[in-house]
Amino acid sequence: MSDILLSVENLEAWYGDAKVLHGLSFELKQGEVLALIGSNGAGKSTLFKSICGLLQKKTGRIAFKNEVITTLVANAIVAKGIALVPEGRKLFPSLSVEENLILGGNVGRKGPWSLQSIYNLFPILKEKRNAPSTSLSGGQQQMVAIGRGLMSNPDLILLDELSLGLAPIVIKDIYDMLPKIIGNGLTAILVEQDVTRALASSQQFLCIQEGRISLEGAPHAFTKDQISAAYFGM
Amino acid sequence: MIWVNIIIQGILVGGLYALFAAGLSLIFGVMRLVNIAHGDFIVAAAFLAWVVVQATGLNPLLSLIIVVPLAMAFGYALQKWILNSTLGKDILPPLLVTFGLSVILQNGLLEVFTADSRKLNAGVIETASFPVLPGVAIGYLPLLQFIVAVAVIWGLQYLFYNTALGRAFRATSDDSETALLMGLDQRKVYAWAMALCMGVVAIAGVFLGVRSNFDPFMGPGRLIFGFEAVIIGGLGNLWGTLIGGVILGVSQAIGAQINPGWQVLAGHLVFLLVLAVRPKGLFPRIDG
Amino acid sequence: MITRSTPASRAAAIVALVLFAVLLAAPWWGATSTLRLLGEFMVYLALASLWNLLAGYTGLVSVGQQAFVGLGGYVLVALSMFTGLHPLIAVPIAGLVAVLLAMPVGKLVFRLQGAYFAIGTWVLAEVFRLVAAQVTVMGGGSGISLPATVLKTMAETKFWREAMIYWLALALGAGALALVYGLLRSRIGLALTAIRDSEIASASLGIKIDRVKYAVYVAVAGMTAMVGSLISLQKIRVSPDAAFSVNDWTAFVIFIVVIGGIGTIEGPIVGTIIYFLLREFLADLGSIYLMILGMLAIIIMLVAPKGIWGFITHRWNISLFPTGYRVNFKD
Repeated sequence: MSDILLSVENLEAWYGDAKVLHGLSFELKQGEVLALIGSNGAGKSTLFKSICGLLQKKTGRIAFKNEVITTLVANAIVAKGIALVPEGRKLFPSLSVEENLILGGNVGRKGPWSLQSIYNLFPILKEKRNAPSTSLSGGQQQMVAIGRGLMSNPDLILLDELSLGLAPIVIKDIYDMLPKIIGNGLTAILVEQDVTRALASSQQFLCIQEGRISLEGAPHAFTKDQISAAYFGM
Repeated sequence: MIWVNIIIQGILVGGLYALFAAGLSLIFGVMRLVNIAHGDFIVAAAFLAWVVVQATGLNPLLSLIIVVPLAMAFGYALQKWILNSTLGKDILPPLLVTFGLSVILQNGLLEVFTADSRKLNAGVIETASFPVLPGVAIGYLPLLQFIVAVAVIWGLQYLFYNTALGRAFRATSDDSETALLMGLDQRKVYAWAMALCMGVVAIAGVFLGVRSNFDPFMGPGRLIFGFEAVIIGGLGNLWGTLIGGVILGVSQAIGAQINPGWQVLAGHLVFLLVLAVRPKGLFPRIDG
Repeated sequence: MITRSTPASRAAAIVALVLFAVLLAAPWWGATSTLRLLGEFMVYLALASLWNLLAGYTGLVSVGQQAFVGLGGYVLVALSMFTGLHPLIAVPIAGLVAVLLAMPVGKLVFRLQGAYFAIGTWVLAEVFRLVAAQVTVMGGGSGISLPATVLKTMAETKFWREAMIYWLALALGAGALALVYGLLRSRIGLALTAIRDSEIASASLGIKIDRVKYAVYVAVAGMTAMVGSLISLQKIRVSPDAAFSVNDWTAFVIFIVVIGGIGTIEGPIVGTIIYFLLREFLADLGSIYLMILGMLAIIIMLVAPKGIWGFITHRWNISLFPTGYRVNFKD
């Protein structure tokens, strides 16, 4: 099936000696937005780290564009077309806004995103292009982090907790931008504490509980109670 | 007038000390590594230049065209094959491995070149000078050495803040895991940093060899001078390192004038004084 | 049942006692050359144990311990020459002088972190050496020999002089081991182990890390100076370059600890034995021997960072000087 972009089979992953993921399997179609929900410590960030190669201690099979990437390291995986916008933004404090963005395009993949198109999307960043990234507000920093991820022109973007530490009004702004970001066929996985917002922004969802998938499907196929039961494990 | 002369000569020697220090400062900035064998690499570079001069008859200053690329290639390999595997949370492995390298280098040089001291002969430039004031003359060689030091530091500064490699250095130093997500392999970035460091080491080694006699056991002393310049100037500030080198050079020149036995001691004491009064150095980097 | 001792450690204690008794009697069974070799062995055992305490347990990697070795030597020679003090009494005084000096010096070098601390201690040792070279009454740069009259005050006969110097070496070697062992079994030892394993965790336990480190630094300086004063008696002279030699009193010591096993009590013992064996067979190679030592240390650091002893304990889980507790499950 050629429209499967990412397929994860029986993924198990460890943090040190602690097993965090207990055999996850799912598939993601080209152009789809998948919401990944689950309580704290369920394994959402671990799943992201496993996919993008930051976590090496894992078994199972991860295939991207029909190529097995399970054992590749992060710097090779980003070149294949998977970008992570990490939790907490993780901007480089020694780099200016523009330098952070340029570094995002370091792997040199071709595509729609360039400094110019990022600045069109977030005009404020052009204004602050030479400012140290740490001098920006939280929301602006999140824009840099998203822009930096897009600069690698990925086929799949992993968005981890975009709303973390941001004011509600800022969160709304960022989510209003989301269709523009993933509108042109980009596939995305979205981790978000705010379940309602996550489900509203996606076509599919995956609920993880203690390292196992407890519910999956289209958001509208389930009732709120069913989802919260899967979320809290009741 | 004698003191003006002493201070001017001290400033010019300070350029050499800044050259000793620049590489040390660079790799500490990028990967928090302190290379105990740094001084021994400077001396080894002087010996390498000596071999090149013997083989080709080149002027030692021109031998840099050969010595610098060789040193850079060596630095890249050293980092890639040995030092990268020592880096981690524990500071012991890199310290002890470079300490072992220091002993190996000193004794290896002794084995190959014997304990005889040698010198690189750069010709008339060594003794030529021009008068600036009555009783004060500036030698072309010390002046060249100082200009090269300023150029090297300017070059490193430019590279650090205006090039893709410099961006990679800063990003990896900030957060190597996130840098990995940008496709930056820290081991390669570190190898480039060490290559650059060894390039500067080669320049320092050639100037060391042209300025004075050298032997296999001079390394630790050069490491200490470089280290003192870094700390006096303030960690993470390359221009501060240049000023640190100058302060060290002037202190030593003044000490030597008072009593020849106090030359090196005076430098150490000024260093300790700075450490006591301004532990972060005179010009620490202001973190944003 | 929770115990400290193991069959291996109990056997080791008995062997150690027997060995100590045999070594104590060495002046009567050993030739002068044997006594010298054993004395030198004790010097390196003591220096290695002390450096290991500093670097292996508190993370203070000093490459400047030769400062205190040389200081001890100079203090002993000066005291016995100018005050006529019995050299054996000068030994603890040398230790005391080093403690008093290490207190301000420690404050200064503690301003440097990690690897920079290492080079800072080296600078200080250089300062000590250069200052010693300026002291003209002590022979300046060429140093000075202990006058025969001073040696005569120690003991009348050569036999007793050699025996006394040897016993001093034995006392310091065994004393350094006992100090490290005792310290690690005490509450401070718990603190030290906690610091080694995790600075952040021990800070949250309320351990005053900096004070413990500082205290260890000062104590090690005092003990190191006592070993230094012994060395001046063994060599019957001091000179700046020999007494403050970074190679003799720090480089070899570091190699011994790294090869033997850093952060273990047994490591320095194993390392010293290996060092003397290697020296016996390879010292004729001169500088190549030193290169082999350096390479060995690098390889061990890269392949088995806990050294030969660490490798052995990992493989067979034995401990001759148990400082921790172990749980035995009885049926």
